[in-house]
Amino acid sequence: MKRKPKLLATFTALYVLWSMLPVAIAVLFSFNSGRSRSTWQGFSLRWYWGDPFSSVWHDDSLLRALRNSLVLAALTILAATPLGVGLALGLTRWRGKPARVANGILLLPLVTPELVVGTALFLVVTNSYTFLDLGRPAQLVGHVTFSLSYVVIVVRGRLLSIGPDLEEAARDLGASPFQAVRMVIVPLLTPAIFASAVLVFATSIDDFVASSLLSSGAGSETVPVKIYGSVRGGATPALNALATIMLGVSMLALVAVFAIMRVMRRRQGDANAGENSLKELASW
Amino acid sequence: MALFFIVPFYSVAAVAFGQVDPIRQSAVPEWNPRFWDFTLFTDVMDRVVNGDLRTVFIRTALYVVLAVAGCVVVGYPVAYFVSREAGKWRAALLVLMILPYWVSYLMRMLAWVNLLQPQGWMAQLLSHLPEGNRNWLSGQPITVMFGLVYGYVPFFILPLYATLDRIDGRLLEAARDLGATSRQAFWRVTLPLSRQGLMAACVITALPMVGDYYTNNLLSASPRTEMVGNQIVFFLQQTTQPQVGASLVLMLSAALLVVMGGYLVSVNRAQKLVTR
Repeated sequence: MKRKPKLLATFTALYVLWSMLPVAIAVLFSFNSGRSRSTWQGFSLRWYWGDPFSSVWHDDSLLRALRNSLVLAALTILAATPLGVGLALGLTRWRGKPARVANGILLLPLVTPELVVGTALFLVVTNSYTFLDLGRPAQLVGHVTFSLSYVVIVVRGRLLSIGPDLEEAARDLGASPFQAVRMVIVPLLTPAIFASAVLVFATSIDDFVASSLLSSGAGSETVPVKIYGSVRGGATPALNALATIMLGVSMLALVAVFAIMRVMRRRQGDANAGENSLKELASW
Repeated sequence: MALFFIVPFYSVAAVAFGQVDPIRQSAVPEWNPRFWDFTLFTDVMDRVVNGDLRTVFIRTALYVVLAVAGCVVVGYPVAYFVSREAGKWRAALLVLMILPYWVSYLMRMLAWVNLLQPQGWMAQLLSHLPEGNRNWLSGQPITVMFGLVYGYVPFFILPLYATLDRIDGRLLEAARDLGATSRQAFWRVTLPLSRQGLMAACVITALPMVGDYYTNNLLSASPRTEMVGNQIVFFLQQTTQPQVGASLVLMLSAALLVVMGGYLVSVNRAQKLVTR
């Protein structure tokens, strides 16, 4: 009885090591002072800004990838969050068969391989939505398509836990339907809206397939596309540095989501807010 | 949503069943289903069933099945431990389970490319093994499957963890009280109760693996390990025959729809059993 957990504990520890160590080593090599991504030659910040030609700070193509990723993620937030909140509000009110169908359609992008969604968007952009150019506009549409589902899921979860009572009370006290939503529901939703915005940001900067299929060439490369394109060539540790910067951004986003969710749970009087927020994070 | 999802999907069909411009040899989508031309589609279908594309489909299925099996072997014990036995380490371990989820997939593949390069630390380590001295990043099926497991196992562990976490500990205590050994309690109580979650986790990891082409290209980049995804992207981006790519997408989606359908039916049946 005592032996078994020990075995499992070792296994789990090994798994954690296995899942983290390669990434940690990749981060380490972004600080390598030599040109190699596999032989350690001492610590330096050369590949971040020291090197006058190929550091992230001085290499235009790396810097552009970074900028493209961040701009695209910001635009995706601006487009997907309001749309998703609206859809969630609509879907919780709407009953019957059409609502079920709409729900199903909304979940489809989550269960379809991204390649299928990406191909579909690629073909529609090149063939019929010709007003959309490949590159940032098409990438934006792609990112909105799948991040919308996340917004709806998070916001709707929160809406269901708020329940219809408060809104009805507001209506009884003389608020118009619009006022009730704006003055009662939206303030209650704010944390969920922020959480989903960060989630959208994280999915957008991580995305590779849609960004790559809908890119129009070097000008609209995002960081994952850039990594994909150069990792097998003779890239310098600057590529690791670029990936490390994005990793830092993702980790910040994760911390932000966690903090927002914990505040949300504390306000609801959840005694075990920290761990329950973790569980909710794990359930996405 | 319809604009972003349904219409693009329809256009895949339109391109797959469309005409070929006789002069420019490029694909012309046919929007009216009445004029759909199935010759190219059946042609591609024929190549899939009998010809050169068959091996690619079989290989894809094989890799995905083996990689999902790898995920089960690695992921189940970990999810089980974190949900049942971790004690005071639970919150910390949960953080460590969530973290890889938020590390960019490409970053994690980049890490392995660095390690498996001829001078990479892992490749050096492996070269001490018999048969270990080879180019791990060129056409090695084992590397591709390993990469798939590494890439997708976080997506496997989290849903499984959620299911295991919901199992009522008192059921296990009851089993022990009734004389089951801890091993029996696992096989006869925990495992059956987590079957739904296990299946969901398998589907969640298998679906993106089927459409994965980048893992393969990064870790192997050889026709010897090509999967359906590689073929689709190849026809779409590097040839003038996007129709072939579109046809492949349709076939892939149809195959996945069958799998998803089967999964949903079994979930429904299980739920009916529970509520009865």
